[in-house]
Amino acid sequence: MSLAEKILSAHADRRKVSPGEFVSVRVDLVLANDITAPIAIREFRKIGVKKVFDPKRIVMVPDHFTPNKDIASAEQAKMMREFCYEQGVIHFEIGQMGIEHVLLPEQGLVLPGDVVIGADSHTCTYGALGAFATGMGSTDIAAAMATGYIWMKVPPTIKLVYHGSLGKWVGGKDLILYTIGKIGVDGALYSSMEFTGGAIDSLSMDGRFTMANMAIEAGAKAGIFRVDNKTQLYIKSRAERSYRVYEPDNDAEYTRIIDYDVSDIEPQVALPHSPANAKSISQLGDIEIDQALIGSCTNGRLEDLRLAAHILRGRKVHSRVRCIVIPGSQQVYLDALTAGLIEIFIRAGVAVSTPTCGPCLGGHMGVLASGERCVSTTNRNFVGRMGSPQSEVYLANPAVAAASAIAGKIISPDEL
Amino acid sequence: MITVICGKEKGGHRLKLKGKVHKYGANVDTDAIIPARYLNVSEPKELAKHCMEDIDKDFVKKAKSGDVIMATTNFGCGSSREHAPLAIKAAGISCVIARTFARIFFRNAINIGLPLFECAEAVDNTENGDVLEIDLSSGRIKNLTRKMEFAAKPYPDFMAELISANGLIEYTKRVLAERRI
Ligand code: SF4
Repeated sequence: MSLAEKILSAHADRRKVSPGEFVSVRVDLVLANDITAPIAIREFRKIGVKKVFDPKRIVMVPDHFTPNKDIASAEQAKMMREFCYEQGVIHFEIGQMGIEHVLLPEQGLVLPGDVVIGADSHTCTYGALGAFATGMGSTDIAAAMATGYIWMKVPPTIKLVYHGSLGKWVGGKDLILYTIGKIGVDGALYSSMEFTGGAIDSLSMDGRFTMANMAIEAGAKAGIFRVDNKTQLYIKSRAERSYRVYEPDNDAEYTRIIDYDVSDIEPQVALPHSPANAKSISQLGDIEIDQALIGSCTNGRLEDLRLAAHILRGRKVHSRVRCIVIPGSQQVYLDALTAGLIEIFIRAGVAVSTPTCGPCLGGHMGVLASGERCVSTTNRNFVGRMGSPQSEVYLANPAVAAASAIAGKIISPDEL
Repeated sequence: MITVICGKEKGGHRLKLKGKVHKYGANVDTDAIIPARYLNVSEPKELAKHCMEDIDKDFVKKAKSGDVIMATTNFGCGSSREHAPLAIKAAGISCVIARTFARIFFRNAINIGLPLFECAEAVDNTENGDVLEIDLSSGRIKNLTRKMEFAAKPYPDFMAELISANGLIEYTKRVLAERRI
């Protein structure tokens, strides 16, 4: 069995599961946010049970439109908060929160071998920890909150092997954009992606989170990494409950095995309006920008901010460009502050925001006008994703976004 | 082989529907179906006002109750927002036909009772504006404009069970009731 099948069979109390089978799976953690929780709560009430199955295994994070951008958002956050108080469900208020997919691993709420479902498509981020984590809708979350179980169709697994060593300025974001560029936005539809190989072993945890995060951008149900020393080290100080590490079998069946030699790849930029429009940075030509955004559940972690600060240190953001940095969580914010990164940003002319999804989904804190272009470390560049349907989003890694903010056009940090 | 995917009419009548096709291409994403800027509310009627806005400005004006959305591959990719099928349903759309659907959208649509059909043949032989007649229980799709008939891919047994229970909430109620016995 593949890694995904191993975890799912254990949670379905089955010796073996095969792709295509429908199974009822025990969930270790259920997640919802300020956009998806209101519908989940409404549906939960319809089921007619009084209590959730286990309040300590349900987490709700107000992160999308918070601190509340308008009255309607405030009402949604209020409904969610009141439900959490009533049920004793874990809730992170403004001031303690972060973008859910940065926050949950950091707080030790997701552990290796877990099955996690979230009413947010980027729930797949936790695959970096060797968990089977997948996004669902609000009604699914309502059912899981009531029962502690969810139905799943066992996905087939695609194994992706990354050979070689990564060049300068190339990281997890580039690997995943490169991959989606090759296989397309439905290249892994309904499948689990298993990421392995030498280049993956040398990737940091933050880099792995970035890759797992964008598995959904290839249509995948999950994107999973094996647990190694780096994972153990990350977990050690955080885990407050026991967990199990699963390994794929040697004779696991994969629908596809894809090998990439990534030694020579350049930083990747995905052009509008699809994450699959990935190009090597040297092939872009001159693309002037109005905004650079560094943050989100894809690239809002400490390593990302370090990289951006490294580029921005002693330099200035181009006078025509708005550069916005959004730490992914209060902890990331504090760590960045202690490390002196925030001062570097502010001296460079960056607007630093409290943690929020904000502009990533065109919510607030950096929405684009028509005709505007943004280079962004986020994960989606669909039409209208960051504001006007006539705006454009270019997806890139934090080093490229920072260098571009200085140059006023999309460039590689090497060109500075 | 059951292909009904929405709630049964009272008395279990066979449900036939007829509507005009609004046809789109590949990878219609959830930001196109309902832009995130409108997600500060969750009432389906409010959401429906902005359905398809960023890729088809006049959709809400054009769409009549009972109409059909058709697309090629990977319809509904992107976010997990259930607001997407809710907006489509509240806009009066009776069902969506595509070659393939994105996984989360598929789950969500079933869970809320928006019928979906995977039928490559129908997609290949239907143009924007054609009128279809669809038998929800058998999955037969007739193109009345072109006088052609197609069969949608049948749903797996488990999903058929979910559908016949009238969606996930009712199914969950049933499961919980059984547990108590
Ligand atoms: S940062 Fe963007 S992609 Fe991540 S959870 Fe928030 S809105 Fe979704």
